[in-house]
Amino acid sequence: MTRTTEQSGKWEYAPAPESAPIEIADRYGLFIGGEFCDPSSGQWRSSISPANEQVLSDVAEAGADDVNKAIAAARDALPGWAGLSGRERGKYLFRIARRIQERARELAILETMDGGKPIKESRDVDIPLVAHHFFYYAGWADKLEYAFCGRTASPVGVCAQIIPWNFPLLMAAWKIAPALACGNTVVLKPAETTPLTALRLADILQEVGLPPGVVNIVPGGPEAGAALAGSDAIDKLAFTGSTEVGKRLAQIAAKRGIPLTLELGGKSPNILFDDAPIDQAVEGIISGIYFNQGHVCCAGSRVLVQEGIAEEVVSKLEWRMKSLRVGDPLDKNTDIGAINSAEQLARIKHFLEVGPQEGAVLHQVAGDSELPDRGFWCRPCFFTGVQPSHVIAREEIFGPVLAVMTFRTPKEAVERANNTKYGLAAGIWTDKGAKIFNIATKLKAGVVWCNTYNKFDPGSPFGGFKESGFGREGGMQGLRAYVRL
Amino acid sequence: MVDERAASFAKRSIKTTMKGAGLRLAVSMVDLTTLEGKDTPEKVRALCRKAVCPHEGGQIEPALPHVAAVCVYPSMVRTAKAAVAGSGVKVASVATAFPSGQYPLDGRLADVRQVVADGADEVDMVINRGAFLAGRYDEVAQEIREVKKACGPAHLKIILETGELETYDHIRRASDLAIEAAAVDGDLADGEVFIKTSTGKVSPAATMPVTLIMLEAIRDHYLATGVRIGMKPAGGIRTAKSALHYLMMVSETLDEHWLSPHLFRFGASSLVNDLVRQALKLSTGTYAAGYDTSVS
Amino acid sequence: MVLKTYKLFINGQFPRTESGRSIKIDGLNGQALAHVCRASRKDLRNAVEAASAAQSGWAGRSAYNRGQILYRMAEMLEARAGEFTDVIASTVDDGCEAAAREVQAAIDRLVSYAGWTDKFSQMLGTHNPVAGPHYNFTVPEAIGVVGVVAPDALPLLGLVSLIAPALCAGNTVVALGSEAHPLATAIVGEVCATSDVPAGVVNLLTGLRSELVEHFAGHREIGAIHAANLPGEQAERLRAGSAENLKRVVVRAIAEPEGWYDESACHSPWWIEPLIDFKTIWHPSGI
Repeated sequence: MTRTTEQSGKWEYAPAPESAPIEIADRYGLFIGGEFCDPSSGQWRSSISPANEQVLSDVAEAGADDVNKAIAAARDALPGWAGLSGRERGKYLFRIARRIQERARELAILETMDGGKPIKESRDVDIPLVAHHFFYYAGWADKLEYAFCGRTASPVGVCAQIIPWNFPLLMAAWKIAPALACGNTVVLKPAETTPLTALRLADILQEVGLPPGVVNIVPGGPEAGAALAGSDAIDKLAFTGSTEVGKRLAQIAAKRGIPLTLELGGKSPNILFDDAPIDQAVEGIISGIYFNQGHVCCAGSRVLVQEGIAEEVVSKLEWRMKSLRVGDPLDKNTDIGAINSAEQLARIKHFLEVGPQEGAVLHQVAGDSELPDRGFWCRPCFFTGVQPSHVIAREEIFGPVLAVMTFRTPKEAVERANNTKYGLAAGIWTDKGAKIFNIATKLKAGVVWCNTYNKFDPGSPFGGFKESGFGREGGMQGLRAYVRL
Repeated sequence: MVDERAASFAKRSIKTTMKGAGLRLAVSMVDLTTLEGKDTPEKVRALCRKAVCPHEGGQIEPALPHVAAVCVYPSMVRTAKAAVAGSGVKVASVATAFPSGQYPLDGRLADVRQVVADGADEVDMVINRGAFLAGRYDEVAQEIREVKKACGPAHLKIILETGELETYDHIRRASDLAIEAAAVDGDLADGEVFIKTSTGKVSPAATMPVTLIMLEAIRDHYLATGVRIGMKPAGGIRTAKSALHYLMMVSETLDEHWLSPHLFRFGASSLVNDLVRQALKLSTGTYAAGYDTSVS
Repeated sequence: MVLKTYKLFINGQFPRTESGRSIKIDGLNGQALAHVCRASRKDLRNAVEAASAAQSGWAGRSAYNRGQILYRMAEMLEARAGEFTDVIASTVDDGCEAAAREVQAAIDRLVSYAGWTDKFSQMLGTHNPVAGPHYNFTVPEAIGVVGVVAPDALPLLGLVSLIAPALCAGNTVVALGSEAHPLATAIVGEVCATSDVPAGVVNLLTGLRSELVEHFAGHREIGAIHAANLPGEQAERLRAGSAENLKRVVVRAIAEPEGWYDESACHSPWWIEPLIDFKTIWHPSGI
């Protein structure tokens, strides 16, 4: 029954690479006292694109002397910055937010090249949130008296901030914006695999005329991190990253008695009740675990599904995953980009071996297209037949790997959800409002998403229970880490 | 999540050869429509010519396909049938007291029999929204069954008028109800029955989230029975860009079988010319002026 | 020099008053500077219609978006600060320095309220620990259309200070600018017209308070009044409007001029709070 001359058939996306050119210098120095400078360590480290392993730029590697120089610059800048009125500090932050909006395209491309995340995420999520975060905390700078009723807020001082590679610029914004709003100065260490956008931010700080030394950026590896965290000259330490490193920093901070905030790992449960809107819940599973290749501390990496709908959920998940596109992060149609580093890929692969050895069943549906020869890649996948005692159900994998488990009653769901050392986030899917509030109250997690997942807003506090860390970032609560009362 | 997922298709990017293929595919899926009180036979003949040959200029290689069908009021079926004879373009007619459906069932069924007798290949019916919103689901289903019978060999498109149903839950429920009712007398052939968003007389007409909900109902029916129901968003799709976004949604929610006029249609009038303009841009490299495409 | 008549600002456009009346404005040297429209009761009615139609859309925007638009207003005011200073100094006999200070303070006020849009509900909203298995929270909600009657003195700063908190919370505004110095009102209109402020969100009238105050007070679609430093009988007339439709009426008494420059007093959630209602939501918790 031919009706027309057109043939039906597979209709694929042609490559749609983001084509705006951006400039990347051959090398980037440290940003100390408002100027870029060469490291006294004499060390440079190549920052590569994880999608093709090509060198993007050589970036200065801060040594202990460099870190100390940055801390001294922050110390020098402190009286002037803390002495400005909140209104004037706020104006700098508003201006930073504006420049980030205006340079959003460039920042998004750079973030994707350096870190491997899909351009659609850096363009639509990371960079808009960065600008929003500066805008939000800009507004707090002249309003601190309202945030802490009955107390007068004063700055903590020089803040050492160490951030991870999964949301490089966004984590810089989460750390810098509230610190500056409250009158502190900052030494920020970006992750060694993703320093480029933080250094581009330094460029913006110069553009807006931020006083020298208020923000100092010292790229580097664990040595730079240790020098910064271990310095006697800092007044506060903030860290986002693994629970393992977080605990080491807690030891250091304990010796000196300085305030500490930690935003660490997670193994967050995404709970589907049998009265959930299943198609929507499947979308929630997808965005919960495959957003940013699963390199998300609050990733919904454990799906707990009520037994009666488990089969349907798994088959719909498989169907949905067929349309996930893995590949060139700069392609606007890519859903899942490159794994951030060879090291992280090895770690993920380890868990992909452990899972089946423990008896779980691996489902790797997505993407029959070929992966590039170079770069670090992992197709999105999930395990079924996972038991609560399995390693893949307990340890943070930090990759596009999901563990699907079942439960029978709400009580069992809560019990299984809370059966972890972590407590960062959780998801609840049900059409019953009363159940949402009841279950949300019982979950030991810092953020509970109901019929949605992985939502972020500068006005909404984020942070964990238990070994997922302490302190909150975002919202009014996010100011607390950066004031003395 | 429905809105977010639907919005994600509008961020997909279609380039070069696949864009050309997409535009041609979209042209071939259009139900070119005129449904106005002021319709005349001459207006319908103009529409039919446009349907058979969307662009006459010859700059587009290979030439664009004809559209899937023309969609007209019952009194225009004979005119349309004669005007498209031999071209492969189907004639669809709205029936069942379109657009309100607020007439006694006998009259609505007579409507259907008349357009089929006059040669309509496809019948676009409206469901009884009053009965649906009042909770009389059996009545809605029974009416669909009777209309289906009255269609005989003609294919049936069931208009839910989603703008009046308002909620996503209603739209999903109406989709399931329509599909099950139409399928009651044995197995359907693929594409024998479509579900359709709107009459075009109510705002909002077709939207991406509403179409996504209906595609999910079609997907679930296919996974359960192996039968492929067709989908027709109608009203409000005016640009080539928007049409391509719909095709991406179909491709990612269902599979490539639905990328065919057998199973997917656009109910539209001005869309064809924008598809032609974009196709002209692709083949000539320059942007077309408004007068480069013919009116219908 | 071209003399011109400044028009009203209603629904994103600059119409003349339907009444065909105008007021001559003289400069400090006694020479005619310009004319402004003398708005009528019907102009007020049209402005309220526009404000009412725009309100749900404005309140429905994200707080972030409203903040960005208020910040954009500050940017536009800043960009033409010199020109605006001259306009104020042309009729206000306090010198250019005072006019410049007033413009700067108006910019700062807009910036501060740009920051309040996404924070005041974190101050004023609550989660309420009720007895029993319920989730109970209280959220502020815009009242609707706010009528602003600006003081004579500090014609720019006074007007901006009364409008900004209302906009911040998601209200739309119909404002009568300073009667003594109406050119400042025209400035605010030009700022709004170039700042992504949606049509109808801010509507500005110039004219005589003695004519219009009673219609502000009586109009049932106006949900609240935000005014300052009015003559006693006008303040009383506005307050009496409360008896008409229980509109919320705030007529402030601010020490002139320094009270308007007191930031901790004027940049405050307590300037927003009279222009909102509180909505408490009960939701059961159970399985």
